[in-house]
Amino acid sequence: MAKTLFEKIWETHVVKTIEDGPSVLYIDKHLIHEVTSPQAFNGLNKRGIKVFRPKQVVATVDHNVPTIDQHLPIKEELSRVQVETLKKNCEEHGIELYGLGHPFQGIVHIIGPELGITQPGMTIVCGDSHTSTHGAFGSIAFGIGTSEVEMVMSTQCLMQSMPKLMRINIDGKLNEGVVSKDIVLYILSQITASGATGYAVEFAGSAIRALSMEARMTICNMSIEMGARCGMIAPDETTFTYMKGRKFAPQGADWDKKLAYWKTLFSDTDAHFDSEINIKAEDIEPMITYGTNPGMGIGISGHVPSLNEVDDKEKASFEKSLAYMGLEPGAAIKGKKVDYVFIGSCTNARIEDLRMVAGFVKGKQKASDVQVWVVPGSKQVEKQAIEEGIDKIFEEAGFILRQPGCSACLGMNEDKIPAGKYCISTSNRNFEGRQGPNARTFLASPLTAALAAITGEVGDIRDNYSAAVKN
Amino acid sequence: MSKKIVTIHSSAVPVNIENIDTDQIIPARFLKATSRDGFGKNLFRDWRYNNDDEAQPKTDFPLNNPKYSGQILVAAKNFGCGSSREHAAWAIKDAGFDVVISSFFADIFKNNSLNNFLLPVTVSEEFLAKVFAAIEADPKQKLEVNLAEQLVSLVDKDGNRAVSEPFDISSYKKTCLLNGYDDIDYLISTKAEIEQYETTHTL
Repeated sequence: MAKTLFEKIWETHVVKTIEDGPSVLYIDKHLIHEVTSPQAFNGLNKRGIKVFRPKQVVATVDHNVPTIDQHLPIKEELSRVQVETLKKNCEEHGIELYGLGHPFQGIVHIIGPELGITQPGMTIVCGDSHTSTHGAFGSIAFGIGTSEVEMVMSTQCLMQSMPKLMRINIDGKLNEGVVSKDIVLYILSQITASGATGYAVEFAGSAIRALSMEARMTICNMSIEMGARCGMIAPDETTFTYMKGRKFAPQGADWDKKLAYWKTLFSDTDAHFDSEINIKAEDIEPMITYGTNPGMGIGISGHVPSLNEVDDKEKASFEKSLAYMGLEPGAAIKGKKVDYVFIGSCTNARIEDLRMVAGFVKGKQKASDVQVWVVPGSKQVEKQAIEEGIDKIFEEAGFILRQPGCSACLGMNEDKIPAGKYCISTSNRNFEGRQGPNARTFLASPLTAALAAITGEVGDIRDNYSAAVKN
Repeated sequence: MSKKIVTIHSSAVPVNIENIDTDQIIPARFLKATSRDGFGKNLFRDWRYNNDDEAQPKTDFPLNNPKYSGQILVAAKNFGCGSSREHAAWAIKDAGFDVVISSFFADIFKNNSLNNFLLPVTVSEEFLAKVFAAIEADPKQKLEVNLAEQLVSLVDKDGNRAVSEPFDISSYKKTCLLNGYDDIDYLISTKAEIEQYETTHTL
């Protein structure tokens, strides 16, 4: 029988299925961090049990760490306690921890792929909704709550029901200045922030095939913003080339054996999807969000919907959102002044993102009234940026290159956007208060964010595209 | 955490806003704790207070309005989207709620709620509109949420079910909630089968 990519992986991970109920799903890799794990460890300690398969767990610190002076003790007491608690728990349970200062430390969804921990055909979970990122390698990867973290720690399994399956095909050639972030913001603007709730989403089509692994990760990363259980892309030569030689990727005969298996991981021609959406790559322009959920996005040449374009039932939420953002219905976002530029997060803080930004800003200066924070996704990304001289380009442009962590994506550490200020951000959420109480967020691609850093306002990268590609 | 869900008769607190994400339910800056306790006081923190100051409550927010009370939170569609933080479910439960009614829940939030004996009840848009209208007309409007019967009702002055709607829940989860079982206990009880599975599963 024809099977989808999702079904092929799911079926090999079901330990048992309860009649009329969920399945016991085996988890290959469990990634943990300081914020959503302490209560799970407490639960294990209360039961008097140890982590069942500590070698299948990898820990790092990212959500709550400072992004300057990481060599110094963390000043904020609660943050310090949380980071120290993770260290103690990892020691007690025999879990590998990439703590502050470790060459592998970084945002959990950046380090998994770059270290070769993330592999096709795996089930991967983490107490973080952006775990969907890892699906770019053809794995089933999804975010879980802390009770579920405790389940996986206790038994390496979760109780899961089979989701419905959706495929989103993006075919054709992307326009100049349009990158993978624009693809995912476009999909979100079409299907809304709940358009894929209850579904596992496979992204397919020629435009997806043409993307690098970094770009694919950006799309899978934001599949949770559509409500999807997970996002995934079938592995191909691009995947295998990316993986080969990475620290924890298989080697030698093991590589050959795994590779043969990975090549079977695709949706069969006649496989059934409960829902299928087709998108033309040519229809996508550089995107920007205007509201307070990631589904509230428009093409850069567009306008915020006017009131008569909004469904009556949704008007109150729409108006609340615009009031928060300080925007009027029908307004253009292009030309809007920004105060901060944040280039970072598990969505867009990989080396390719930093290269993209550096390519555009090289030889330019940031606008004088704009603060620009670049937060690399990991120590490895930071190291590579320095080796490639990207740090110098940022320094000369007046950008601040900080140290790895989640930073202003969620404003849990001190990297907060002040109240009322506008930030153009390469991160994944524009929720109220996400980047700091009363901070206002425009989500955009690294290219569009880089342009705003230089001009001080939201602009259309296509007007400047020759400058962007020249470098 | 009070385990086992029994039939709930209560008035409700209405938050008629769509797409309420877990950053609103509990902002990230309150996630620094290492225990599950005490999140209730920061539930909807930034919608409840001006300038992050408890001395400056936003009086128009329903949780600050003394006319609303009860064990049931009612919210518009796509409740609990965004971050997977279970702290959102902990905060709602800790603030005294046992049920959330909406026309649509985000996946992870729904699981997190069920794992904390906070019952997410999904109703039709039409029924949800009736619930909001009834509470607006009478803030003391009582509801009955009957898990065994899988039925949610608006209750009239005589205590009778005036308008009802059935709701879905997996029979496995229903059994867990009615009996106070949790998934971790179940999974630990299947360890032998998991170990057996591992002997044939290659990573």
